[in-house]
Amino acid sequence: MSLMTTTSQTVGPFFKIGFDWLTRDNLVGEGVSGERVTIQGRVFDGDGVPVPDAILEMWQANAHGKYDHAEDTQNKPVEPGFKGYGRMPVSADGVFRLVTIKPGPVPGPKGKEQAPHLAISIFMRGLLKRLVTRMYFPDDERNDGDPILNLVEPARRSTLIARKTAGSPGMLEWNVVLQGPDETVFFDVGL
Amino acid sequence: MKRVAAYRAPYPGTQPNHLHLPYVSSIKRAPTKPLVPIPYTLSEVTGPSFESTIVAPKASDLTRAHSGEPLGERIVVSGRVLDENSRPITNTVVEIWQANAAGRYRHEVDQHDAPLDPNFTGCGQAVTDAEGRYRFVTIRPGEYPWRNHYNAWRAAHIHFSLFGPAFATRLVTQMFFPGDPLLPFDPIFNCTADEKARNRLISAFDWETTMPEHALGYRFDIILRGREATPMED
Repeated sequence: MSLMTTTSQTVGPFFKIGFDWLTRDNLVGEGVSGERVTIQGRVFDGDGVPVPDAILEMWQANAHGKYDHAEDTQNKPVEPGFKGYGRMPVSADGVFRLVTIKPGPVPGPKGKEQAPHLAISIFMRGLLKRLVTRMYFPDDERNDGDPILNLVEPARRSTLIARKTAGSPGMLEWNVVLQGPDETVFFDVGL
Repeated sequence: MKRVAAYRAPYPGTQPNHLHLPYVSSIKRAPTKPLVPIPYTLSEVTGPSFESTIVAPKASDLTRAHSGEPLGERIVVSGRVLDENSRPITNTVVEIWQANAAGRYRHEVDQHDAPLDPNFTGCGQAVTDAEGRYRFVTIRPGEYPWRNHYNAWRAAHIHFSLFGPAFATRLVTQMFFPGDPLLPFDPIFNCTADEKARNRLISAFDWETTMPEHALGYRFDIILRGREATPMED
């Protein structure tokens, strides 16, 4: 007889009170290797209006493609200065920002490598349970063979790939669209 | 690299859908296209961990965050964090936030006409021990009105946020109080089809953790997703 997972409930409009202490929107400190990137984006609701009360969380591998976690048994180094966790509340105009490094590739199903990506959870008032998605990096040829991206119909894959910002190297834009023709792909991971 | 063991899918009806029409805010925010199922990979079975020292011991006592005592009824909220296989989830961060005794959050968006309490912020953190236990001292939050529908009131609740061992186990929920007359009318509490699952969000009054002449005890155990017994075929 097993227990049953506790039911999810919304974070509501006032999560800032509980979440602010653990905001992590700059993961680049001393001794962190890898290509620096700044990711900025907005969250839009079904009316195309920026959502002022959302919060994103991010989980990623380091530049070597190693997660700082006991279940990652790859023979790759962890970096003490890089935990891989981000927590980014949006501003009143729906903008979030994360300064981090581009992760290395990590193993995927059937021995296939996964292209560099960020695992993302999204919480907000109106969401009774989190949304799960991923952000991939532009102009990375490994995206074509990524086993997860390939589960998404081709026309929607672009919602998961950040865009470069013209004239600003290292600046990426990635928006989250909750509804509509440009709706971001959200994943079912059994929540 | 060895195969990745999946996390168990929920029993039908025990988790909310994203769209729940009685909860009006879900209508413009729930996805409209089907979610894309993906297999578990290393990215989902790993997840953030924190040094236990990230949480100060006093962070679990919400009545001691200021120089004076907050108004309201002191309570002790404690319980265990387990996975579906009854294993304790040790050394995991538990975050809570809540309204004050008058039903007002210390948040600029909360314009409910009830007083703020200068001695109450309403947030706390704890780390589970070797048996998965956590414990908070706080005050009982007040019920408050909201604009979901005519004469809408939220049942008294405390928000809980937990990480567990993996990206897959992250959970945000709310704890309610036994006997609250607003429970049958709260569309957020009632978002889950399965009545038993819903009722597990209601804490239990607990003599054992009640502190004589100081605070009533409420017990709230939280279950995070468990692993499938065998690694999934990949």
